[in-house]
Amino acid sequence: MTVGSTRIGQALRSPVGVVASAGLIGVIVLAIAAPFIWSDDASRLDILHASQGASSAHWLGTDALGRDILDRVLVGTRLSVVLAVVAATLGAAIGIPVGAVPALVGGRIGRLVTGFINLAVAFPALLVAIFVAAIIGVGAHGAVVGIAIAIAPYFARLSQTLSSSVAGSEYLAAARMIGVRRIRLLTRHVLPNIAEPLLITSTIAIGDALLSLAGLSFLGLGVQPPQYDWGRMLSEGLNRIYVNPEVALGPAVAITVGALTFALFGEVLAKAAGTGSARRWLRGELPTAAAAAAPRAGDDVLAVDGLTVSFPGGAVPVRNVSLHVAPGEIVGIVGESGSGKTLTAMAIADLLPSTAHLSASHLRLFGSDPRTLSAAQRRRLLGTSLAVVYQDPMSALNPALRVGRQVGEVSEIHHGISKREARLRAVERLRAVRIGNADARARQFPHEFSGGMRQRAVIAMGLMAEPKLIVADEPTTALDVTVQQQILRLLRDVTESRSSAAILISHDVAVVSQLCSRVVVMYAGRVVEELDVETLVAGPAHPYTAALVASVPTMESERERPLASIPGRAPTPYDDLPGCPFAPRCPRATDRCRTEMPPLERRSPTHRAACWHPVDVLEEAAV
Amino acid sequence: MTALEARSVTVRFGRGRRRLVAVDRVDVTLPEASTLGVVGESGSGKSTLARALVGLVPLADGEVVIDGDRLRTARDGRVLDPRRRIQMIFQDPFASLNPRMSVGDAIGEALTVRGGSGRAARAAEIARYLDLVHLDAQIAERMPSRLSGGQRQRVAIARALAARPDVLIADEITSSLDVSVQSAVLNLMRELRNELGISMIFVSHNLATVRYLSDEIAVMYLGRVVEVGATEAVVSSPAHPYTRALLYAVPSLGGTVPADLELGDPPDPHDPPPGCPFHPRCPVGPHAYPEREECIVRDPRDGAEERPHRAFCHFASAPAETPRPEERFHAARDR
Amino acid sequence: MTAAPLSLSRQRNWWAVHARTAYLFRRTSRLVVSLFLLLTATFFMIHLVPGDPVRAALGTTAPPDLVAARRAALGLDKSLVTQYVDYIGNILHGDFGTSLVSGERVTDVIQARGPSTFRLAGIAFLVTIGVAVPLGLLMAALTRDSKRRPLELGFTATAGAIAAVPSFLTAVALVYVFAVKIHWFPVAGQGGLSSYVLPIASLAIGPIAALARIVRVEGLRVLEQDYIRTARGKRLPVRIIYVRHALPNTLTPTLTIAGLLVGGLVAGTVLVENIFAWPGLGTSLVAAVAQKDFSTVQAIAVIFGAVVLLANFAVDVALGAIDPRSTILDA
Repeated sequence: MTVGSTRIGQALRSPVGVVASAGLIGVIVLAIAAPFIWSDDASRLDILHASQGASSAHWLGTDALGRDILDRVLVGTRLSVVLAVVAATLGAAIGIPVGAVPALVGGRIGRLVTGFINLAVAFPALLVAIFVAAIIGVGAHGAVVGIAIAIAPYFARLSQTLSSSVAGSEYLAAARMIGVRRIRLLTRHVLPNIAEPLLITSTIAIGDALLSLAGLSFLGLGVQPPQYDWGRMLSEGLNRIYVNPEVALGPAVAITVGALTFALFGEVLAKAAGTGSARRWLRGELPTAAAAAAPRAGDDVLAVDGLTVSFPGGAVPVRNVSLHVAPGEIVGIVGESGSGKTLTAMAIADLLPSTAHLSASHLRLFGSDPRTLSAAQRRRLLGTSLAVVYQDPMSALNPALRVGRQVGEVSEIHHGISKREARLRAVERLRAVRIGNADARARQFPHEFSGGMRQRAVIAMGLMAEPKLIVADEPTTALDVTVQQQILRLLRDVTESRSSAAILISHDVAVVSQLCSRVVVMYAGRVVEELDVETLVAGPAHPYTAALVASVPTMESERERPLASIPGRAPTPYDDLPGCPFAPRCPRATDRCRTEMPPLERRSPTHRAACWHPVDVLEEAAV
Repeated sequence: MTALEARSVTVRFGRGRRRLVAVDRVDVTLPEASTLGVVGESGSGKSTLARALVGLVPLADGEVVIDGDRLRTARDGRVLDPRRRIQMIFQDPFASLNPRMSVGDAIGEALTVRGGSGRAARAAEIARYLDLVHLDAQIAERMPSRLSGGQRQRVAIARALAARPDVLIADEITSSLDVSVQSAVLNLMRELRNELGISMIFVSHNLATVRYLSDEIAVMYLGRVVEVGATEAVVSSPAHPYTRALLYAVPSLGGTVPADLELGDPPDPHDPPPGCPFHPRCPVGPHAYPEREECIVRDPRDGAEERPHRAFCHFASAPAETPRPEERFHAARDR
Repeated sequence: MTAAPLSLSRQRNWWAVHARTAYLFRRTSRLVVSLFLLLTATFFMIHLVPGDPVRAALGTTAPPDLVAARRAALGLDKSLVTQYVDYIGNILHGDFGTSLVSGERVTDVIQARGPSTFRLAGIAFLVTIGVAVPLGLLMAALTRDSKRRPLELGFTATAGAIAAVPSFLTAVALVYVFAVKIHWFPVAGQGGLSSYVLPIASLAIGPIAALARIVRVEGLRVLEQDYIRTARGKRLPVRIIYVRHALPNTLTPTLTIAGLLVGGLVAGTVLVENIFAWPGLGTSLVAAVAQKDFSTVQAIAVIFGAVVLLANFAVDVALGAIDPRSTILDA
């Protein structure tokens, strides 16, 4: 609970939070105190000064019996607020248990109750309130019960979704497995997790009830004379709006402020509960990357040096990365989550989120620097030469468009061919990625495809143009093992047959080593080692790479020996360590590692590593 | 001694055309102090089997016997385990810990159920279980939101251990963790097995991981255990073509992408193929050998007891005669 | 040997083809059941009134033979089952009985006043959709990736405040400014085109603010999806990314909310009609409730309820046509 309460504390101290809490306290104080202070003034008749406009004696004028309207508005706070609170509480008391029924009972009855709740929610609350009030009888009682019944379905719906989400949660399953008793399940596991949203909704519901009550009273169906609330006063004021418009102003402002206060307070609480403390978007100075390696000449498909990606707020998830890809070459990028491998790829593909800032000392893609091109030129260049394959084929395709259309769209836009021709070409490409019955498949929607087929369709999409570079970001992670190998195979065939280059990004060293000639290992936003597959198998130089390889069980791992493991946590993109980012977790680290950044040093023509104390294969063998 | 035995476990979901047999008459035998690995792809029913054994999913048929006691089932078919002798660790440690309960409370809850003693004794017990999973005792004060994925998973393991189970079921416990953290959790499980002698069912889609931890391996496909046997035997001489396909697909460091399996996509589990459910994808089945009509019409479950590794395959050859998987697949492709 | 898989795939295609028919069937039967529930609920409404509804309506001083005549006209002297069957039958024939108070045919009242209410609600609905959807999408496009924080804050705060103000307060404010102060539009009554402006504005302003907020949030959610990144990866022009890839995916939640809006607008007419002295069902309803004219209240409840149910049905059908997944998801 402590975490939650500090979050709420923070939210209440925000400007909106301060306004909302001040308003709420004000309304509560008025509701309690106003009748004691102004009750006499509010009911004092003064026929001589009846139906007057605003004056220094009566700031908001007087009503038909000469009573001061400001006093009446202030005194009316109590009745308006109390009735609203009662109605909201009653509504919650009816709705919450009803909503919990499906989770408790389940089966046919549960579904029936759910259906009924959904039906009831569709009916407008005010109408329900009017009809109920008509049955019970016009007056405050009828209005309160009517509104309670009208808002009960909303509580029921909320309590239903909350209770079913908690009922299906794994922590509840785990607690049940341990044998936690039913009462304790309810008090420790269910209630704490649903109480917060229910309380927030209740606050908002008080605001709604306040408005509905005002509406009913305004129509003459709510509070009856001699009692008075804001709605009744508004209705009286409206009749005189031609003569003294300010007499309607008081009650109108009171209703608005009262309702807004509760709604705002509820939203402040909801925001605190939902998203946690607001993210700070400090605009920090970007660390300029020093050029580490001299730009290589040649006809590389991609050549980038000193690539740095930063976000407002100080996160620098990619730091000073160099990457060169020759035509037809498949380069692998390996790293764990947070290593910056995906952002590196997205930076190359010009698909970074718009808040990200990219800098590079040298960047050439297909022979030109995309940063110097106009938006249209860049679109044309990347649209025809670069293909991207994404991690999750389930979400990478647009659910609302037919697959053939999505695949063909590229040619429609960049090659200017007709929709029909584009479709024919799409079918042909779908066939090329071995989707059976491609013509019929092209007419289907993505949800009718299996995961493997969707990934094939995404690859087909990239093949519409003749890509010189394919960027594949974890293309097989979301797929089953047998399907995984098929997709890898397809990627290899595609690059071979079209002699395009590829960047394959994965957390799985083995997958990358199968397909790539060269592997780049990233850690904490930096390239820590770059090596050919033979060296990777024989023994990498960087302790991180070595540990990464040794920690994954293989079909050859000795079952009697523990796996290598890497203690501790990787630094976050916000940490700016002076030395080697792996030093805090490295068994070989010395003081130098912690204070001085090791450069990416060439160990052989195809091997570079950034480490002060690289692992020596011979030395390891001796141990 | 068998720690756990399950007979003919069947789980069905949905009704009408959405009906699905997620687990189809599966038998499980788990000897005391041993580990059974359950491996299969998504939709194979491996996680549902795990959930059925701990009573989270109702059984449509079958029974669970633990230490010789047959567990009763509730009216809806859920297995009742009043002495909490089976515990499960879930895949996602972010979902399996109550976000509003501290680590100490979460573990303490499992202790309370056994009948607690004083506050100090309880704190000592919590610290002991945290130590068992190599976590600092101070972590007991923390809320789950302040722990890393690996730490959370250890807390989940400690909580399961605190209930002193006879059988521990681990369902994909490493698949939501980062590579460098996975090995630590695997080492921990290995240690617990070796030092505490806990019987374990280890469920995973990753054959290499399952092999590393298990004494026996059961391979699941479309709700059935299509092959089961001692780990080394299954890995070195698989009897079922699906097991061979899985083995074949495991990527190895510096290896090459295998020749295309041409397995195609898994079938719709709502509408499984007749006969042997693997036959439309089988590289040694009717598509490669048209004379093998048996695969389409006859369920290979019949006669499985006599075959090596109780394989659900009409043509499960004796393990010794099995050619290397690559050759087999090339043979299938060339035809 | 390939016969078996072929026949299986044909079977699956059948379901794929007929999924929409099945969906339409389920939705229609749900509508029929809901309408039936509505009729049943309104039937019992009059029986839930404490004491004798006719006596309550006509007052204690009404002559006994008038009370008896009204009871007979309502059929209250018959058995409950007969009354129920008659009630359902009559309504299905468009007969809503006679008013408890005035003795008029309720059907005549509805025919006379219904159109002006539904014209009001219908126009307000179209205005709401026409303004809120483009506005919300524009805001989503402008504030995506946490850009333009001041604009975002300004928009959400303003829209939130406006959405929280109920239509009757908006109406009072509009009357004060545009009718009392600057005389652009009439204060009340139904007349020419200008008499429609203020009532429709009062009805629509709140829902526009509410819907625009939701559309913006939905738009932001869609713009964050992987498939939008895929579309960007295809280097499509911005216009196509928004119109072809983002817009259709915001429609599902927008339409769902729009269905609920119809109910809100119908309810809003009750208040707004009373402020603008609009000769519609809303004014009749309030008068009937005040006079305890239960049979008129009952009839208006049926009409309003049916409109709400039909609106939600229309939304469901539209969703089924637009969103290919919705027909399967709720199976």
